Amino acid sequence: MSSSVSITLHQCSRTFAGDNTALQPLDLQVNAGETLVLLGPSGCGKTTTLRIISGLESPDKGGQVMFGERDVTALPIEQRDVGMVFQNYALFPNMSVADNIAYGLKIQRLPRAEIAHRLDEVMHMVDLQGFGDRRIDALSGGQKQRVALARAIAVRPKVLLFDEPLAALDAKLRDRLRIEIGQLLRELGTTAVYVTHDQDEAMALGDRIAVMQAGRIAQLGTPQEIYHQPANAFVADFIGAVNCLDVISTRADGGLVVNGGELIAAHLQGVSTVYCRPEDIQVVSVDQADVKGKVVQSIFLGQTQRLMVDTGGASPLQIEAPSRQRWPNGTAIGLALPSSVLFHPDKPTAPVNAKEMAND
Amino acid sequence: MKSRLRFTLQLGFTLLVCLFMIVPVVMSVMAGLTENYFVGLESGLTLRWVNEVWQLYADTIWLSIKLALACLLITILIGVPAAYGLLRSRRRWANAIEELLLLPVAVPGLATALALLLAYGSYREFRGSWLFILVGHVLFTLPFMVRAVLSVMQTAKLPQLEEAAASLGASFRQRFFGVVIPNCMSGILAGALMVVTLSIGEFNITWMLHTPLTKTLPVGLADSYASMRLEIGSAYTLIFLVMVVPLLVAIQWAGRLTEQRR
Repeated sequence: MSSSVSITLHQCSRTFAGDNTALQPLDLQVNAGETLVLLGPSGCGKTTTLRIISGLESPDKGGQVMFGERDVTALPIEQRDVGMVFQNYALFPNMSVADNIAYGLKIQRLPRAEIAHRLDEVMHMVDLQGFGDRRIDALSGGQKQRVALARAIAVRPKVLLFDEPLAALDAKLRDRLRIEIGQLLRELGTTAVYVTHDQDEAMALGDRIAVMQAGRIAQLGTPQEIYHQPANAFVADFIGAVNCLDVISTRADGGLVVNGGELIAAHLQGVSTVYCRPEDIQVVSVDQADVKGKVVQSIFLGQTQRLMVDTGGASPLQIEAPSRQRWPNGTAIGLALPSSVLFHPDKPTAPVNAKEMAND
Repeated sequence: MKSRLRFTLQLGFTLLVCLFMIVPVVMSVMAGLTENYFVGLESGLTLRWVNEVWQLYADTIWLSIKLALACLLITILIGVPAAYGLLRSRRRWANAIEELLLLPVAVPGLATALALLLAYGSYREFRGSWLFILVGHVLFTLPFMVRAVLSVMQTAKLPQLEEAAASLGASFRQRFFGVVIPNCMSGILAGALMVVTLSIGEFNITWMLHTPLTKTLPVGLADSYASMRLEIGSAYTLIFLVMVVPLLVAIQWAGRLTEQRR
């Protein structure tokens, strides 16, 4: 719809009163037309970063915010050409749905016919035809967020900003709206920054994801990179579940001795911990197993079930297993952990085998 | 059976309390309409006293209305921005200012009036005009406006609404008049109700500040009770009620309208 613009943050830090550093000096580039997701636990600085991009917050001295070639550091939000969607909708309760959506257009003093045209267009895009005259309090949460979305895109902003827009909705609605937002973002091709603490949302929507921790970017990469090559244990744990196996000793032939068995991983020599995802571990017969243990708990999840397997380590291993089979507590179980699924943040990943290629 | 007895007792008690409060009002109104209160109703009903009050005190009534409206205008002009300022600056001194604003309510009106007289009494023109009383009324009623508006502003999530408006390109002025004011209208109306009624009924400060030429309704009422027949004072009360009650109803009604709209 509008020509998209890149966003560059240069050395943006933010310190709040009481010497409370919310954001360490940060460099970040969002490419034109890209959707970047800022992901992290609460208090990691993701919202502060978004607010600095929006202009609602200023970086500490020395920080610089660029939209394309234009330095917008000194501009307040109303002069930055951004569209913003908030967690609690922030719709104007004194106006109807149509008046809410047209608010930004009226501020721009567009001719009446143009406003009506755009109103039609965006209400169609967010599937709200016929809702124009409704009062805001007569809408459901999902409808409210659609209005907020329509209001933000109606002004054809250069940059779209989302501050946990789905956090207040229930799971089912969240999934549906997530898909719709994804489609909308692709359709518009507008540069977007999306803040969330939900990893599913991040992976579904982000062209790239910046995982943040304690005011820093812990890792920046595509969803695949973040998931399969996490930069550190925090990222690995935050994006999906992860098992940590302590390496007890290394054999002469290169085998890594862990609790309950031995792993072959030529690419992980010298590490003290080996990581792997629950869904990458396979249940095999005990005599073929890399690692053996006992089932201590099984959690039924519907499409799969999660087994907790005690291998003698500090915490049990988590394994994703087919949901129809049953493993009563105490069952001896054998696990296969091929080298391709084992990783360590400091080491390159193992050569990708054919099966994984097919998955990608 | 038992619950029915309880209901009857409760109803009886409620009616008694109501009577206790309503009878004096009715007595007062009747006194203003009877020919001779000491003789009683058999002396006949008359509008003579009402008429007489109108002859004597019409200007106090007009002055009271003028004062109340001027006071309302000023408390809106000062109070709404003040509440907004307090909302935006949640720092330590914001609390201090809020408490300072309440001071004229806690301090006896006579003391406030005395302070005004000491400070500005020597400016003859000002001292003799109705504006002097207006200052006292604004001091006394402003906290009610600020409080009412501030509490609505705090529940209306105004900062977020403003951020949304700003993201859509609205300047401060556009946000203030297009988003802030409409969304705290119910607070402004509630505050207006308080300000107008307090201003019309205010006696303490006004009594100290008035001159023979700037008497308000309550001051005139005191004057008439002190120096005239009881019937005249009562007829005066009647006029006061006829004036104030529709005003209260109108403001309540306006308040309910905005409530329904949100």
